[in-house]
Amino acid sequence: MADDAYNYAYLDEQTKRMIRRAILKAVAVPGYQVPFGGREMPLPYGWGTGGIQVTAAIIGRDDTLKVIDQGADDTTNAVSIRRFFAKVAEVATTTRTDEATVIQTRHRVPETPLREGQILVFQVPIPEPLRMLEPRETETRTLHALSEYGVMQVSLYESIARHGRISKGYNYPVMVNGRYIMSPSPIPKFDNPKLDRSPALQLYGAGREKRIYAVPPYTPVKSLDFDDHPFEIETWEQCCALCGSKESFLDEMIVDDDGKHLFVCSDTDYCERRRTLPEAAE
Amino acid sequence: MSNGHMTDLRTLAPGLADPAHDAQQLFRAVLDATSRPGRIVSLPAAPAGPGTPSAAATAYLLTLADRDTPVWLADAFDRPEVRDFLRFHAGAPIVTKRAEAVFAVLASATPQPFEGFNLGSDAYPDRSATLIVEVPDLRGGPTRQWHGPGIDGRAAVAVAGLAEDFWQDWAANHTLFPCGVDIVFTARTELCALPRSVAVEV
Repeated sequence: MADDAYNYAYLDEQTKRMIRRAILKAVAVPGYQVPFGGREMPLPYGWGTGGIQVTAAIIGRDDTLKVIDQGADDTTNAVSIRRFFAKVAEVATTTRTDEATVIQTRHRVPETPLREGQILVFQVPIPEPLRMLEPRETETRTLHALSEYGVMQVSLYESIARHGRISKGYNYPVMVNGRYIMSPSPIPKFDNPKLDRSPALQLYGAGREKRIYAVPPYTPVKSLDFDDHPFEIETWEQCCALCGSKESFLDEMIVDDDGKHLFVCSDTDYCERRRTLPEAAE
Repeated sequence: MSNGHMTDLRTLAPGLADPAHDAQQLFRAVLDATSRPGRIVSLPAAPAGPGTPSAAATAYLLTLADRDTPVWLADAFDRPEVRDFLRFHAGAPIVTKRAEAVFAVLASATPQPFEGFNLGSDAYPDRSATLIVEVPDLRGGPTRQWHGPGIDGRAAVAVAGLAEDFWQDWAANHTLFPCGVDIVFTARTELCALPRSVAVEV
């Protein structure tokens, strides 16, 4: 049972309507950051307050919710958010990507391909992709309005000039539907190709900055690059020490005081499925 | 009704039976429609409303309109029972100037359907109006090809009852992107969304 002291899904109905209207406008203008009246949530900024407000505005009793933090279902942030919605929204929860209707994520896109009808909710710390290049909101808003993105191309070029390649490994900027440059949130660039023409709906919520943006299904999402320095994703020489995957995003783990280390899948559900179901490992 | 300023509770049509859960279910249907333009989405939980406009149009407003969202009604729907219904259940102000509307309810035959509504600005394109366009049927009209975000390739959509120049007006609206109005077509308990990002071949 939900706690009767709170409205269903924690937020009051007026707030949900305001967030819902922002979500619909975000879907209508893919990649554009819609300002919304962000509320105080019962956890600090940086812990997913934006994602939680988006999830609270969309979730219903028929949903099955999955929450991941850096790919894992069993980390503190994921566990606390999953419990929060189980309590305030009477919602079923799962760790299985294929069973979830709503997936709230911090910093990863699941390895298991998403399908039509699923909604992926991203927790976003800094929604403005140009913020590190231009600190003034009035300026970045104008740059987006004019589609004036030279400053971003210059920053990528400077990275090549300095390091010989585009050194950005996460939060790698993307162009959505040929119009808006968007921050995909701090997912590794390994996950960027999964955003492109995904059959699932992507919603992004930034709590501190009070912005919501979206990528509808089947929308082109292109990682920025140059003709002579095309976008590339990370690769590993190792495979996962637990499931043997050569295709997934790997985390390096230090396992003893002598610096012995191994690589394992960041996506715990994907890794576990491959270990328990041999056919999934094919 | 004898007094235009008093809502007669004996004749007022009921709103959402279970506001939090009904609104959530309706919103998800609306979100599904908006993120997959051209798909016809059914709203089984839609209350009948005041009789006109359709249950789908009424449900859309009950789900999303409130005191922050002025509503403009085309002549066909600008009736006391509709105004009373929206004021009582949604608390939404009814406005007579198109430019002030966040939501507008139009009939398929409303002249100059796009004229005068808020298109948003280049800096804040989200401030544009959403037009709810009542049509006789979401199927069976002339088939047109839609393409854009949310559509896998192309979608063949056959909304009925629209004038030929409606689609020319839409093409002009689409070229304003990221500005421009968004549309929701409604008929009976079904709706189909046309966000400004979607191009329609004339």
